[in-house]
Amino acid sequence: MGKIAASGRNWGERKAAAEPQAAKQGEARRLVAVLELTNISKHFGAIQAVNDVSLSIDAGQVVGLMGDNGAGKSTLVKMIAGNFPPSHGTMQMDGKELILHKPVEARQHGIEIVHQDLALCNNLTAAANVYLGRELRRGLGPLRILDYAAMYKRAGQIFAELKSETRPRDLVKQMSGGQRQAVAIARTMLSQAKIVLMDEPTAAISVRQVAEVLNLIRHLRDQGIAVVLISHRMPDVFDVADRVIVMRRGRKVADKTIASSSPEEVTGLITGAIEQV
Amino acid sequence: MAVTLDQTIAHKQHTLLSKVFASQTFWVVIAVILACLFLSVATDSFATTKNLYNITRNVTFVAIVALGMTFVIITGGIDLSVGSVLCLCSMVLAVTMHAGYGIEIGIGAAIATALIIGAFNGVLIAYLGFPPFVVTLGMLSIARSLAMVASNNTVVFQFGPDHDKLLALGGGAWVFGIANPVLYMIVLAMITGFVLRWTKFGRHIFAIGGNEHAATLTGVPVRQIKVVVYMISALAAGLAGIIQTGWLGAVTTNLGNGMELQVIAATVIGGANLAGGMGTAFGAVVGAALIEVIRNSLGLLGINAFWQGVFIGGAILLAVLFDRIRNFRRND
Ligand SMILES: Nc1ncnc2c1ncn2[C@@H]1O[C@H](COP(=O)(O)OP(=O)(O)OP(=O)(O)O)[C@@H](O)[C@H]1O
Ligand SMILES: [Mg+2]
Repeated sequence: MGKIAASGRNWGERKAAAEPQAAKQGEARRLVAVLELTNISKHFGAIQAVNDVSLSIDAGQVVGLMGDNGAGKSTLVKMIAGNFPPSHGTMQMDGKELILHKPVEARQHGIEIVHQDLALCNNLTAAANVYLGRELRRGLGPLRILDYAAMYKRAGQIFAELKSETRPRDLVKQMSGGQRQAVAIARTMLSQAKIVLMDEPTAAISVRQVAEVLNLIRHLRDQGIAVVLISHRMPDVFDVADRVIVMRRGRKVADKTIASSSPEEVTGLITGAIEQV
Repeated sequence: MAVTLDQTIAHKQHTLLSKVFASQTFWVVIAVILACLFLSVATDSFATTKNLYNITRNVTFVAIVALGMTFVIITGGIDLSVGSVLCLCSMVLAVTMHAGYGIEIGIGAAIATALIIGAFNGVLIAYLGFPPFVVTLGMLSIARSLAMVASNNTVVFQFGPDHDKLLALGGGAWVFGIANPVLYMIVLAMITGFVLRWTKFGRHIFAIGGNEHAATLTGVPVRQIKVVVYMISALAAGLAGIIQTGWLGAVTTNLGNGMELQVIAATVIGGANLAGGMGTAFGAVVGAALIEVIRNSLGLLGINAFWQGVFIGGAILLAVLFDRIRNFRRND
């Protein structure tokens, strides 16, 4: 599979080649993947951040995305979240071509993301951060005003669901690492998502909170939501993921089921000790 | 009794009163009131109708421009061109009306000038990544120069057929004997306050000032908003220019000279943070008031006018010092 992805063949060939592999997995595979990337590349000037990556994700699947620093993981998920367009390649959602110009459009398609640096504004309240970019308003026409009460209420409910002691009215400035993480994760729960991208959601939080986040991921999965979990923590990925994808220097070097892999193998793939599988 | 998660989440850390006491604006208001009380007692000339009328009028022009500046400063930007833009807009209005056009056309031309300049600043800053300081410093020079070109560096004091209308607009007192500029200031301050607190646009301005990168990632249209913000700042300067023209009844090319510093001082004294993410409409007005009261009082108390800068500079530092002290306490 990794070879197929790297070889940059056209779409028809790739699909044909993928078929026996899907059969091998022996699962009741859905006809169309919820998200399908084909030969996606992204370069920033001379830097090739993502290089010819193809992958597909099914509904209710948890995919661990691993790789060394600078491997291109964040760049890949940012393209899916509409933060910037791919330089090459296409994306499909539910079998239809997905072209995103801005994050709002990705959200409209049911794509939610927790950014690596959490993307929070310290000078705003937790609720304001949760709703940033999609504020609730009430009233009519041009005089629609922010609906503070509704945003506080809903944000509070989400924090309760996340079992996080986070107060919607508090400024993010004064919050602990775990609370900040809760705010960032709460954003993904505002609407019914189809796919949730989590860029290191368990970095810098306590053991108890890691367990909560992993539980949340399982909860999303059970609702049929696909989750992409970027993490440097091997135990987390092997705990919740169904599949693991490894990237190295912008390329996809492995894409296998958790059952058929091992932490040792993944470590080898990340460091380059194992070239590709 | 154990506190449940829901109770913790519902807990409000700050009461309204604690918020009021924690705000810089509140203490500036206290300072203004105390200064006024002191001056009323210490001098015979402060609490006279004429002097109060003077003060309120002087406050308004700085305050109106400061309202526009507040938007820019909240996003973490700065607009140094406001004094020159005020002058240019006044001049456009004056020259247009002097040439025989009506007041509507004159005002329309002045406002259009302001919006074009603001958009120019905004596009350079938001789309081409120029530093706001540099762009608006350049515009400070350009706009004043254009004002000189437009008027051939003369004083314009005849405004054509609608001359009287313009003077009434700026110099009249149409409601309850309150000077018109003060009314405009109050209305504009209320609009500004409303926009900042109750609209999505206002929320996004604060987000940009707090963390521009985060705002971009979450899909806030950062660039468009920045352009609009500089247009608002120029518009405020233009409006102040129009009103001031009507008030003064004459325009010279050094109108609004050095005003940018007073305006920035007013917003900072009123609680805006030059690093972005903080600022209020009320604060801008109160800041402008404090500066004017200081200036006025020095004159009345017979203190040499050369000392003015020291007192205003001191007020800026004091206001920021208060803010620092509060932050220290909070971080402990
Ligand atoms: N906006 C950008 N402009 C220029 N280069 C970029 C940009 N974003 C990422 N890069 C570069 O692209 C490469 C991949 O970065 P990316 O953030 O995707 O890595 P990552 O796998 O998420 O790493 P980490 O584990 O450290 O988060 C890096 O070399 C990085 O410097
Ligand atoms: Mg990353």
